[in-house]
Amino acid sequence: MEQRSLLQRLHIDLPLLIGLLVLCGIGTVILYSAGGHDISVIYSQIIRLCMAFLMMLLIAQLPPAQLERWSLSIYLIGILLLLLVLFAGTIGKGAQRWLEIGGFSFQPSEIMKLAVPMVIAWYFSERPLPPSIVRIIIACFLITLPVLLIRQQPDLGTAFLVAVAGFSVLFIAGIRWRLIGGIVSFAALSTPVIWYFMHDYQKRRILTFLNPEQDPLGSGYHIIQSKIAIGSGGIYGKGWLNGTQSRLDFLPERSTDFIFSVFSEEFGFMGFLLLICVYLFIIARCLYIALHAQHTYGRLLGSGLALTFFVYIFVNVGMVTGQLPVVGVPLPLVSRGGTSMVTLMIGFGILMAIHTHRRLLSG
Amino acid sequence: MNNQTGVRSYPARRRLLIGCFMAFTALMLWRVVELHVIRNEFLRNHGDSRSIREVEIHAHRGAIVDRNLEPLAISTPVVTVGAVPRKILTEEASIPRLAAALEMDTLELKQLLSDRIARDLIYLKRHITPDQGDYIQELNIQGVHLQREYKRYYPAGEVTAHLIGFTNVDDAGQEGLELAYNDWLQGTSGLKRVLKDSLGRTVQDIESIQASEPGKQLVLSIDRRVQYLAYRELAAAVSRHKAKGGTLVMLDAKSGEVMAMVGQPSYNPNNRNDLKGELYRNRAVTDIFEPGSTIKPFTIAAALESGLYQVDSRIDTSPGFLRVNKYTIRENEDHNYGVIDLAEVISKSSNIGASKIALSLGPERIWDMFSRFGIGTITGSGYPGESSGLFNNYRVWSEADLATIAFGHGVAVTTLQLAQAYAILAAGGSQRPISFIKLNEPVAGTQILSKHIAEQIKFMMEGVTQEGGTGTKAKVEGYRVAGKTGTARKSTAGGYSLNHFRSLFAGFAPISDPRLVLVVMIDEPEGGQYYGGLVAAPVFAEVMKGALRILNIPPDDPGSMSGQVIMAQNRADFPGTQR
Repeated sequence: MEQRSLLQRLHIDLPLLIGLLVLCGIGTVILYSAGGHDISVIYSQIIRLCMAFLMMLLIAQLPPAQLERWSLSIYLIGILLLLLVLFAGTIGKGAQRWLEIGGFSFQPSEIMKLAVPMVIAWYFSERPLPPSIVRIIIACFLITLPVLLIRQQPDLGTAFLVAVAGFSVLFIAGIRWRLIGGIVSFAALSTPVIWYFMHDYQKRRILTFLNPEQDPLGSGYHIIQSKIAIGSGGIYGKGWLNGTQSRLDFLPERSTDFIFSVFSEEFGFMGFLLLICVYLFIIARCLYIALHAQHTYGRLLGSGLALTFFVYIFVNVGMVTGQLPVVGVPLPLVSRGGTSMVTLMIGFGILMAIHTHRRLLSG
Repeated sequence: MNNQTGVRSYPARRRLLIGCFMAFTALMLWRVVELHVIRNEFLRNHGDSRSIREVEIHAHRGAIVDRNLEPLAISTPVVTVGAVPRKILTEEASIPRLAAALEMDTLELKQLLSDRIARDLIYLKRHITPDQGDYIQELNIQGVHLQREYKRYYPAGEVTAHLIGFTNVDDAGQEGLELAYNDWLQGTSGLKRVLKDSLGRTVQDIESIQASEPGKQLVLSIDRRVQYLAYRELAAAVSRHKAKGGTLVMLDAKSGEVMAMVGQPSYNPNNRNDLKGELYRNRAVTDIFEPGSTIKPFTIAAALESGLYQVDSRIDTSPGFLRVNKYTIRENEDHNYGVIDLAEVISKSSNIGASKIALSLGPERIWDMFSRFGIGTITGSGYPGESSGLFNNYRVWSEADLATIAFGHGVAVTTLQLAQAYAILAAGGSQRPISFIKLNEPVAGTQILSKHIAEQIKFMMEGVTQEGGTGTKAKVEGYRVAGKTGTARKSTAGGYSLNHFRSLFAGFAPISDPRLVLVVMIDEPEGGQYYGGLVAAPVFAEVMKGALRILNIPPDDPGSMSGQVIMAQNRADFPGTQR
């Protein structure tokens, strides 16, 4: 195996990289339209993208075994930071999510998006699978603790995504069907209890989701405007920079949560098909990497990350098309925004590490 | 370490995982297909209904010009500032800048906006100049939008205020000719389809649905120069005699066109803040008064037409009073004119003479003659709010009524009505409709009195302005002037007032070919003088003199002119010198 290519030496998985570059390209193009044709928005997005890709490449250099060893430590640091946020975090938009460190603010909850699947994968890869019921309960606790802490901030969207990431790994690790059935029924039964503990704005969002036309000028406004934007795109769309709903300030959060509406209005159903193909290609590649991993850890984490990525897309599209409540989940790698993008790219970096360090180990 | 045992494959689970991916992707796909394809049209319409609006294109209101196309009312473009209060209030930092641009107090503006926060749109300021509008546009404040409109401007201001009236803030005629000819002037506003953003600002014009049709120009019969002159002279007289007010109407005897119509006190139609509605009234057509002695020529007309009287018939007016039932009719200043002829009844303005004639003719002849001259009916000029005067049917007249109506008491007219009646005399007994609009071809008149009688009366009326007449001050050098003075006691509750009068003078010139008819009425002159011949006649002379010159009407009595007047007359022959 002396003939390793440059890419392999750099630990880059080319299909995944190409998929990601195409996606980010599409994202940048639509961001120009959604961001009010402001070129400075594009510059800052490109800078963020570069940083995110750099992080991905750095992470890809780490052998998966190293990541596995660090999993618990990262998780514990994450929990610590979440506790710190609750007591010393800065408040923005009615939620306490940010931690200021040396003038640089970031959300510890983002770390948990990766730390939780990592720690679950680490926990299950130590013993033979399928796991015992006790280990599953412990794993559930490991997931639920950060989820509850994030929910406390409150940040329902991230809490949801962290939970998804954790339970994806749990699911892939092979818990019994009976248990899955039990969890589903438990979830159904606990819904009223959760409802009781939810914040007003969360309740409102869910009620609005269930019937947006109830309050067309208030909370339902966003969903209605978004549906109109998507629907009026038709099959071929109105053309780049020609969307009226988005251009005329009817859409909220155009460059972040609702960027899919802008995209759909301007590029129509065909554009959506292209976008979904790129996404599916990336997910397929991730799953391929995960299923071909040599370690249980890599396999569990890889599938978990792929599944989480899919859930991101599904929730965002569901949100803007009015199928899911507006929980503030961005469209991955297309929406403007730094932290979530870096987190995602680190995730892809882990996947690349899992794949490219494979032969090294076998060889 | 347990890699070999740990990496168990779960084929069922892998299939389930991939199956889940596919199912969820399909779900997502279906939703997007539903929105994009199936509900596309519905949603597109929805979107359009939020962004596409039909807006009115304000039509330019037609100008009102005088007979020489000089502007009397014009619409100038202005800008109206509207605001969405809640949008502005979300950006409080912009309020001071906006307040400065609107010349308003910041706190006041803030209060105004917060008071109306629930409203979708309020007007902040209407009718600012286009320059100010451009400035506000450049401030680019959220929730502020500008609308182009037109504002009416009246170059002649107070001079034409009563005649032309005014429009309201929405550009619709409210008074006067603006109201009467509103449909003609207004035009039809058009419709266009525009794209608006969520703040209601127009982003793009999409298409014109219906072009706006600008209003048409209205060419009045008024001559602005004569109007100015009339206004100036009437205003001067009202102020000189400390009168309550006055009206003046000048008609073209040959066409029935109104050449000038002014009222006092007037107002500035360009700035109507804090004005009382009573000032808006065009008194020359809405207010009625007893015409007094100015009615006497029509009594004489009835006399001549009856055949019972000839030009040289004589009437004994001694001893200077006449008892009719319990009333006593006297001459002015208790004169005793003795035996006088019909011409003297007019030139000396004998009340007893007029009464005796009327009593001998009987009520029907008087009523018939007066009615033919338009007393008691509106002139049909179409002017809004025109009064028909007061003139009861002769069947309800008592003998005393008949005797007093003969010299203009117990009957009421408007200034315009009186002018029309004199215009009939001037036109040789031919009645033409009154027109405020410039006529391109003469209108055929209706003969209501034989030309012969009209001429006879005309010459009798010349005596008024000649030596021994009551209206010598109405004389115009170089022209022969026919006229009649009138001094009417104002009726008050409980009878006629002893010290409140109306001074009148009505007449026309030049006698040889009458062209201009002029009626001057001055309401309650104070300061000693109240006789029509002293108060109204000088106004008549000044206005008539100026108008004859302005309109280049040749003199018919050059012998009476001084050299200077001839010079001036000649100069007036050159076009433009009088402008």
